[in-house]
Amino acid sequence: MLKLNHAWLGDKLLWATLLLAALVVSLPHSEPLFASLFPQLERPVYLQEPFTQLLWQHLLLVAVSAAASVLLGTLAGIWVTRPSGRAFRPTLETLVSMGQTLPPVAVLALAVPAVGFGELPALIALSLYGLLPVVQGTITGIQAVPGSVIQAASGMGLSPWQRLYQVEGPLALPVWLSGVRTSVIINIGTAAIASTVGAKTLGSPIIVGLSGFNTAYVLQGAVVVGMLAVVVDMGFERVARRVDWAR
Amino acid sequence: MIEFKNVSKTYGHTPDAPKALDDVSLSIGRGELVVLIGASGSGKSTLLKMINRMEQPDTGTLLLDGQDMARMPVRELRLRMGYVIQSVGLFPHWTVARNIGVVPTMLGWSRERITARVAELLSLFDLDPAAYGPRYPHQLSGGQQQRVGVARALAGDPDVLLMDEPFGALDPLIRAALQDEVKRIHQASGKTIVVVTHDIDEALRLGTQIVLLEQGRILQVGSPLALLSQPASERVADFVGRSDVGIKLLSLQGVGSLARVGAPENAPSLPISATLREAVSALALHGCNRLNLLDVTGSHAGVLHAADLFKHSRMGAQKGIEGSTHHA
Repeated sequence: MLKLNHAWLGDKLLWATLLLAALVVSLPHSEPLFASLFPQLERPVYLQEPFTQLLWQHLLLVAVSAAASVLLGTLAGIWVTRPSGRAFRPTLETLVSMGQTLPPVAVLALAVPAVGFGELPALIALSLYGLLPVVQGTITGIQAVPGSVIQAASGMGLSPWQRLYQVEGPLALPVWLSGVRTSVIINIGTAAIASTVGAKTLGSPIIVGLSGFNTAYVLQGAVVVGMLAVVVDMGFERVARRVDWAR
Repeated sequence: MIEFKNVSKTYGHTPDAPKALDDVSLSIGRGELVVLIGASGSGKSTLLKMINRMEQPDTGTLLLDGQDMARMPVRELRLRMGYVIQSVGLFPHWTVARNIGVVPTMLGWSRERITARVAELLSLFDLDPAAYGPRYPHQLSGGQQQRVGVARALAGDPDVLLMDEPFGALDPLIRAALQDEVKRIHQASGKTIVVVTHDIDEALRLGTQIVLLEQGRILQVGSPLALLSQPASERVADFVGRSDVGIKLLSLQGVGSLARVGAPENAPSLPISATLREAVSALALHGCNRLNLLDVTGSHAGVLHAADLFKHSRMGAQKGIEGSTHHA
């Protein structure tokens, strides 16, 4: 009666993660492949930094900026749905939407004179850029909590704080999470551009490749960034299924 | 136990805004089941919401057991009062058991005590605790949801139960069943209950006292019998209904009050808990003039004669229904 559990074989997230890992580990050793694809190139594989290191730095940049976006965006979203901050909601939404209309390159270009080259301007630009979806997700999620539920909660004697973390918070969580998901996925792509101001990310092969007419570099960077976005998105999907109270 | 003293309230800030409540004074005694009734805009809901301070009066004071309510901490006040609203407002992300346990949890009861209380309340409303406790609100029917809503309001054993059009969204059969349950709970627990409704039949059926409101003023306060037999004004008579006041009066009285002692007759039977209104209906349906009355065990408990019924009603109308008793 030996019955093995083969459920993990159907786990797409697991396979996508393994594929991403295999990609970053094997790319530095893929010279024959790219040499045959791009015979005119002298150096067909990006070797200035290992892809594992670029991936790590990319992830770090995204994680720190996303943490800032989520923290700021969530707090701001909660604040403008409280009686004390309700009046500021239109202003906040306008401000955040305006931030979103600026191209990330412009934000980077503006940040460099202020704080210099390196990781810091990238972090500032990415954090600002990721704010909108989080703020919107927080506000939409809290607004979607039925009025009757709020009325019942207050009428039964829940304090405003209890109402927020026991009722509004859990009910808003799925919508909030989809906002965070959008924010992080946008940031993964945008972080690649941060290489233009000197941050080392998976965008480095792309930028170097574009300026040096090396299509192979561009391809290598783009494939890894794309794969990373897919893996993170799948991860979010899994978390989203767990927090959805309306199962 | 609850006293309104010269309470006024206006929504909006324009000087000509209509008053939601206009100098209302009202006293609600302990253990009463008070029904606030009126058309929409009469201020009945505002009046109810002032009791748990969901609304504040512009002028006037509210007293709870002689103490000024404006000086009591809002949260503690609300924890002492059950609150039921028409749209129920169960927390959709919590199970039925957790929903019912919310106030006991805030009151700091032990886990065992909360579990026992939840089971007790579910059983009180004919819901099997083992089957319904772990369910989520969206897995229940509308009537079951409102049962849970009332159970949740009762969970902390509050002094006062406030119900804002609690059964307005339910179909007539379920509404009647829930009205009976609320009445039963009121009689068993002796709690002070305040119900808002726009349905005069619900008011007559539930209330020990009825407060009739119009445009923020009280038209009349009185028992169901007083409202029907001695309306204070033309407006009150219009509201309680002129053409079928007789039928409504019949519905206030049980058949037991007119039962004659006698052997079972060859006639249809009716439970002794039925109202005279149901008796009239049965007499008309079967085209007869006698009914056998049965007690809860189904054994013979007397005979009702149609002649008594109409003789009694006619006399009642002439004498203002003196001596007729109000049967639940």
